[in-house]
Amino acid sequence: MADLLALEGIRKSYNVGTPVETEVLHGIDVTIHPREFVALMGPSGSGKSTLLNIIGLLDRPTSGRLSIHGEDTTQLSEAALTSLRGHTIGFVFQYHYLISAFTARENVMMPMLLDRGRPDATMERRADELLDWVDLGRWRNNRALNMSGGQQQRVAIARALAMDPLLVLADEPTGNLDTASADAVFELMQRFNRERGTTFLIVTHNHDLAGRCDRIIQVVDGRITEDRINVLERHSQ
Amino acid sequence: MKPWLTFAWIAALRFLAEGRMQSGFILSGIAIGVGVIVFMSAMLTSVQTNFTNRVLTSQPQIQLLAPQEVARPLRWHDGVIEAAIVQQPTQRILSIDQWQTILAAMRARPDVVIATPTVSGSALAVRGDASRSIGIFGMQADDYFRIVRVPNYIVAGNSELGSDDILVGLELAKDIGATIGDKINVTTAIGGSRTLTIKGIFDLGNKGANARNAYVALRTAQSLLGLLGGVTTIDLTVTDVYAAETIAQDIQATLPVEADSWIKTNAQIFTAIRAQNLSSALIRIFVGLSVAFGIAAVLVVSVLQRSKDIGILRAMGCARGQILRVFLIQGGVLGFVGSLAGALVGAAALMVWHRYARQADGSELFPLYIQPSLFVSSAALATITGVIAGIVPALRAASLDPVDAIDG
Repeated sequence: MADLLALEGIRKSYNVGTPVETEVLHGIDVTIHPREFVALMGPSGSGKSTLLNIIGLLDRPTSGRLSIHGEDTTQLSEAALTSLRGHTIGFVFQYHYLISAFTARENVMMPMLLDRGRPDATMERRADELLDWVDLGRWRNNRALNMSGGQQQRVAIARALAMDPLLVLADEPTGNLDTASADAVFELMQRFNRERGTTFLIVTHNHDLAGRCDRIIQVVDGRITEDRINVLERHSQ
Repeated sequence: MKPWLTFAWIAALRFLAEGRMQSGFILSGIAIGVGVIVFMSAMLTSVQTNFTNRVLTSQPQIQLLAPQEVARPLRWHDGVIEAAIVQQPTQRILSIDQWQTILAAMRARPDVVIATPTVSGSALAVRGDASRSIGIFGMQADDYFRIVRVPNYIVAGNSELGSDDILVGLELAKDIGATIGDKINVTTAIGGSRTLTIKGIFDLGNKGANARNAYVALRTAQSLLGLLGGVTTIDLTVTDVYAAETIAQDIQATLPVEADSWIKTNAQIFTAIRAQNLSSALIRIFVGLSVAFGIAAVLVVSVLQRSKDIGILRAMGCARGQILRVFLIQGGVLGFVGSLAGALVGAAALMVWHRYARQADGSELFPLYIQPSLFVSSAALATITGVIAGIVPALRAASLDPVDAIDG
């Protein structure tokens, strides 16, 4: 299977060139394949979020090479990275982070609006379709703040999928939800992965949820200590 | 979302609408600032226009006079002056030498609109036991009344002057107890005396002028003042009233006359107008600065409050330029909407002032001149100020690192 994402020797240091220079990622090598549903696990401070930010093109590695579909991204300009990020990667964050000035539908339309500049009917149709899909069709005109945490996270997932991204990065997407909501949100992401083939990389502390992923990557102290295929999950599908 | 709006406009308007209280307070501040500017500017323009109109319709813009007589020191021979003290000569009423030639030269100038000769001097108006000193102005009514609009100020009778007629002011008529059709004796220091009929009474809006000025036909004044065939002044109006001083200097340099422009004779008032304009400009600058700082402060707070939104937008592919525009537009919209409200506040204040600030007799203090361009320029300036004020917050927002912004 061709690589969707390939990280080679990724290192990340903060305060470079100062006496307090700290390296948080010590040479990460990993590849992610299309259609995978991957859990990224590790204790707090292990470098998971930093790694996720680098994969999401929100941050640049200090050294190493990050390729998407074989194209090296480390030499791209910031504008090119922004455009690539908008077209290929969707984000889901722990604290939902919907934009409160907009309704659920407008939040889902936002990535398309940023890409095309002006709103149009196709964006509305796409947003409605995604909201129906996450079972929030009748909440489409609600402001983000008038929805529960679980509902907001489902809207955030719909928004992450708006541009049909190759990869969705989710940073503890269920970390702030009760068990039932967390389960529903996780199930939603898995369903989208199965039905549409979108690749998911999910940071989670929850072993039960990680157990439902195809693959589990363990990061400890800035190094990958374990990278295994979840055989049980593969077999159950 | 409106399909004709771009992302930057949509986000800017939504952010402003969501921060209703902040937007409301700053809009009120801008409205008050712009309202003060509109009110003050309209008042100043009105006072100045009113003053200029009154001055320009009650006196010539340039007056040509016979040059002053100068006593020359007695010289013994080259370089040696005989007399130690030179006394200033008395200034007799003299006719302008070769005034017909000068008048013709004035009428030939392209920058002169009207040129008309006048004769003026002091006289005594006597009626019964009452007598008052007056200044008589003899002129050719056809031209002169196009310069000094006496007919506009006539309150009784009319301004058609025959050789035995006179126009007097309201105060003089009151002082000597005369009215239309009454006869008064006018005598001058050189012994000239005529009995003239009051043809019209005027009110120039100035008590002193109403008590002293009297208008007669040119020939009547010439005979009263002993200047047969002569004139004491040539009055001019020019195409550009504000170029009057330059034209006067040019005439004085080329012809044997003294030329006084209305700018020179009203120098003190012009200084006062300049001082007023300067203080008004300073007030505008400081109000503009306080509006700019107010907008900037609100937007800086907005950037802080919205840093997570900015981070998420950047993560979703929003370019720095788009974020920059969102905050610049917010600045511009605040300035524009605030200035519209300010224009209304200013206009309302002007209406209230005009309604309640009145003369003792209930008439208006002076007519208001409200130019639409004042509102347009205020709105444009406030919008530009808003955009400029938004630059620093917008740059700050655009430079936010998405990771830092999301982590807060």
